[in-house]
Amino acid sequence: MARFMPDWLINFATWCAEIFYSWPDTVQYLLVTLLKIGVLTLGVILCVAYSTYFERKVIGSMQARVGPNRVGWHGLLQPFADVIKLLVKEVIVPSQSSKFLFVIAPLLSLTPALATWAVIPLNDWYVIADINAGLLYVLALTSVGVYGVILAGWATNSKYALLGAMRSAAQIVAYEIAMGFALVGVLMAGGSLNLGDIVEAQSGGFSNWFLLPLFPLFVVYWIAGVAETNRAPFDVAEGESEIVAGFHVEYSGVAFAVFFLAEYANMVLISTLTAIFFLGGWASPFEGWTILNDFSWTAWLTVGGLHWLFIKMCFFMYTFFWLRATFPRYRYDQIMRLGWKVFIPVTIVWIGVEGAMAWFEVGPWAGLSG
Amino acid sequence: MNRAISYIKTFALWELLRGLSVTLRNFFRPSVTLEYPEEKTPQSHRFRGLHALRRYPNGEERCIACKLCEAVCPALAITIESDVSDDGTRRTTRYDIDLFKCIYCGFCEEACPVDAIVETRLHEYHMEAPGENIMTKDKLLAVGDRYDAMISADKAADAKYK
Repeated sequence: MARFMPDWLINFATWCAEIFYSWPDTVQYLLVTLLKIGVLTLGVILCVAYSTYFERKVIGSMQARVGPNRVGWHGLLQPFADVIKLLVKEVIVPSQSSKFLFVIAPLLSLTPALATWAVIPLNDWYVIADINAGLLYVLALTSVGVYGVILAGWATNSKYALLGAMRSAAQIVAYEIAMGFALVGVLMAGGSLNLGDIVEAQSGGFSNWFLLPLFPLFVVYWIAGVAETNRAPFDVAEGESEIVAGFHVEYSGVAFAVFFLAEYANMVLISTLTAIFFLGGWASPFEGWTILNDFSWTAWLTVGGLHWLFIKMCFFMYTFFWLRATFPRYRYDQIMRLGWKVFIPVTIVWIGVEGAMAWFEVGPWAGLSG
Repeated sequence: MNRAISYIKTFALWELLRGLSVTLRNFFRPSVTLEYPEEKTPQSHRFRGLHALRRYPNGEERCIACKLCEAVCPALAITIESDVSDDGTRRTTRYDIDLFKCIYCGFCEEACPVDAIVETRLHEYHMEAPGENIMTKDKLLAVGDRYDAMISADKAADAKYK
């Protein structure tokens, strides 16, 4: 590789490296971490931008339309056009609102959505904070996101916004419990709270994924995740027919864009987490299939890495849009019934079944006793 | 027994999966979108769009101010005033159609004994200032002169059904 680079570039790179290694270790660590954060945030935001495009294309296809195709080749620049439009629009702050809370609320919903990415392992080495209580950190931060919604509804000082915020908050709290119980199952199977270890426990191909022994928990986790992000068919927080746009009814311009960003960042996050907890994260499903290694163009299939996490995440994003294109909105009391009276009992029963499986050493627990 | 089956179906998400299969099948079907400015849907020769007043081949106005169109118009969009012209024939001095009132029903065209008022296939027109919604006699005649070929062809195509 080096021989294709001109001399001045090699000299410049060596010079940069010398300066970098002359600094103390803590500064080096800080710089590397900041770089990691920058790259990850940029990646997440690009994912969010293109998931809006992806959503419109997928739903368009399901409704026999073509979706956006005017800005750029096949509409690929549409997300940037939308962002520029939102940035140049006026932010209107209602005169009777609580101005500080009104402005801070979108940030409060975006920050946890981005901060959760700190513990997510993208492959076997790229993780910003490899802490051993990663699962608890994820649960804690996804719960904090509800504050942004409640504060937005409260600060707007409008009855629609307040009703939307109350609905959204009650729904998020209800589904958080089922989600937490589903993760207890993952914890029992993975034997660790560290997300990297949970992925490692599922390595070794498709049959080792937690998807099979924990299938009911996977379904509950995924549906609770859809409800957590307030997406269709659980999007009562923005029921147009009764409460207009819900908690963000008075938001416009950049403030609205931040809420939008937070919603889609949460969707990407839930998709990635589902992939990590149940589909083996960055692990390859074809690990150990030596036949694939015989051809140079299929060898990448057996190697775990970011590409597998990305493929799995895209599948779940597709499912988000698929659900939205298919189902009408749930009635509010049905959502509550589903959360409290169906999901929580199902998860508790399956945790019991899992305990029995662990006791009799079947599935992922085979040969664990010592 | 039925209750047990319905329970199993509920927990297997049976009906939800059937719904999802419908959308998935449609996902793989080609889209039916026509990309409008470049592609257009075919039009019937009976399409009812912007109005026009026609002339005879010698340049004489067809309209004889009989006011049948004004009488038949269900939206009261047509206003006609008439007088005796220089050559002694009965002619309109004013023939206004308010495009905001018009419902494009085509009754005026059907009522006309001399085929003077017609609705052309033009539908991509717009107004930029208040008052432009009134199609005066001059404007109607201008449309008729400009699109005479199209109007004649449409009339000829429809003649065998009359």
